[in-house]
Amino acid sequence: MLDVSGLDKSFGGLHAVKNLSFTVGEREIVGLIGPNGAGKTTVFGLLSGFLRPDAGQVIFRGRSIAGLAPHRVNALGLARTFQIVRPFPHLTVLTNVTVGALGRHAAPVAATERALAVLDEVGLAAKRDQPAASLTLAERKRLELARALATEPALLLLDEVMAGLNATETERIVDLVGAINRRGVAVLLIEHVMRAVMSLSQRIVVLNYGELIAEGRPEAVANDPRVIEAYLGAAPA
Amino acid sequence: MLLALPLVLSSYLVTVFVLIFFYAYLGQAWNIVGGYAGQLSAGHAAFVGVGAYTAAVLSLSAGLTPWVGMFVGGALAAVLGAFIGFLGFRFGLRGFYFVLLTVAFAEMCRIVANNVEAIGGAVGLYITFTGNPRQFQFQDTRAYYYIALGLMIAATAVAAAIERRRFGVYLSAIREDEGAAEAVGVPTFRYKMLAMIVSSFLTGVGGTFYAFYLFSLQPNTVFGIPLSVEIIIRPIVGGAGTLFGPVVGSFILSPLAELTRLYFAAGGGWAGVHLIVYGVLLVVVVLFFPQGAVPWMKRALGRTRA
Repeated sequence: MLDVSGLDKSFGGLHAVKNLSFTVGEREIVGLIGPNGAGKTTVFGLLSGFLRPDAGQVIFRGRSIAGLAPHRVNALGLARTFQIVRPFPHLTVLTNVTVGALGRHAAPVAATERALAVLDEVGLAAKRDQPAASLTLAERKRLELARALATEPALLLLDEVMAGLNATETERIVDLVGAINRRGVAVLLIEHVMRAVMSLSQRIVVLNYGELIAEGRPEAVANDPRVIEAYLGAAPA
Repeated sequence: MLLALPLVLSSYLVTVFVLIFFYAYLGQAWNIVGGYAGQLSAGHAAFVGVGAYTAAVLSLSAGLTPWVGMFVGGALAAVLGAFIGFLGFRFGLRGFYFVLLTVAFAEMCRIVANNVEAIGGAVGLYITFTGNPRQFQFQDTRAYYYIALGLMIAATAVAAAIERRRFGVYLSAIREDEGAAEAVGVPTFRYKMLAMIVSSFLTGVGGTFYAFYLFSLQPNTVFGIPLSVEIIIRPIVGGAGTLFGPVVGSFILSPLAELTRLYFAAGGGWAGVHLIVYGVLLVVVVLFFPQGAVPWMKRALGRTRA
């Protein structure tokens, strides 16, 4: 479904993403992990049209999407969330999600209906008429997810939707992402909450300094010496 | 009620209402791009000027009735709006930079109009009063009252139609967070352009009214920064991005401007004191009613915004 090859991006002297290749299959959940500054969010920027790659290809459902405007990428079925949530603060929760739904349902009535269904799914229906600014962080994370979901993506890029949440809230998001995936939506997940990534992901891609250092099943990746070294530093000789 | 009002008002009060309606109209036109879409154009006088000059020149030199000329003027203003919008939006000028761009264009128009003798240069254009309705001129000032009222209602209807549609929801998403809007599929460039075009068209149409109501137009007035300020301040005081903000703002500010002009400028030689009043009022609004009068009134009435 998503085929990334030779992706490269520099910011001035910082080589943020180096010759990165990986894939996400239909209905797959792939975890994208790595220490802080590894380039994970940059990868999301490159995939979603917010950043233009210096080199490399991004093929999504058979189409090259590298360099397309973000709204075009979204229209093709690839939706992202932001690590630092970006709700429309003065609009209501329902309108926030309706904005996402309007791309596929041009009539506001149909879009609102779709938005309500999504709010139900993420458990925010009771807050529909509140301004987004009044939500707690956990609720904002769910709103961010709902808004992306309302665009009816085939692939969802989730950037740390669990960061800053307590155990119960994290559990709810894990269940939610699992449920979304069972409906047929593929997920690429940046996450630092290891237990969540390990339990959700079918495959994990590990970045360090912009380079892919390991890829594979969660258990295999967790025991990979290069991954341990990237997170904890080299073991003393 | 507003329809019957001119029958009982003095002719002076009728002119005050003309000003209220007309500035509400211009404010509503600005509101589409400046309020709903949050793109702060501070040079909307450029569109008034282009509309006014177009209709006046077409009428004076080609004998074209302003009733048609107003739409030609609107179209030309829309072309200018599209050009300014393209420069600003294509190259990502936001906030202050967009403000400066729009001011710069209005100033450029002003300087050009000042120096092109074919359109009257610094003296401007004068329209001889004939009282001929075909020439957008009326013996009875109440005609202007109804036209201005009609303009205000029409612009408000346009804003209401935008608000109800996808267009309006997208514009408010753009105002709130453009990047987030892009991420959920909003073609932000296209919608900002559309907002700018609709807004500049309506403002340009208003230019015709301006020219043929005052019978004259000078570049420093119709393209000047003070007019741009007049256009912006009403929707901001009333509530930018709300349907009735520009109307309420105009009902507050236009009489106030007229009163200060009447008592200070005409009586005591304190010309321009209404601008100080605007300044003070703007500070009060920013401090106490940052969203403007309409949202505040709605809260005061205990209604929640949809």
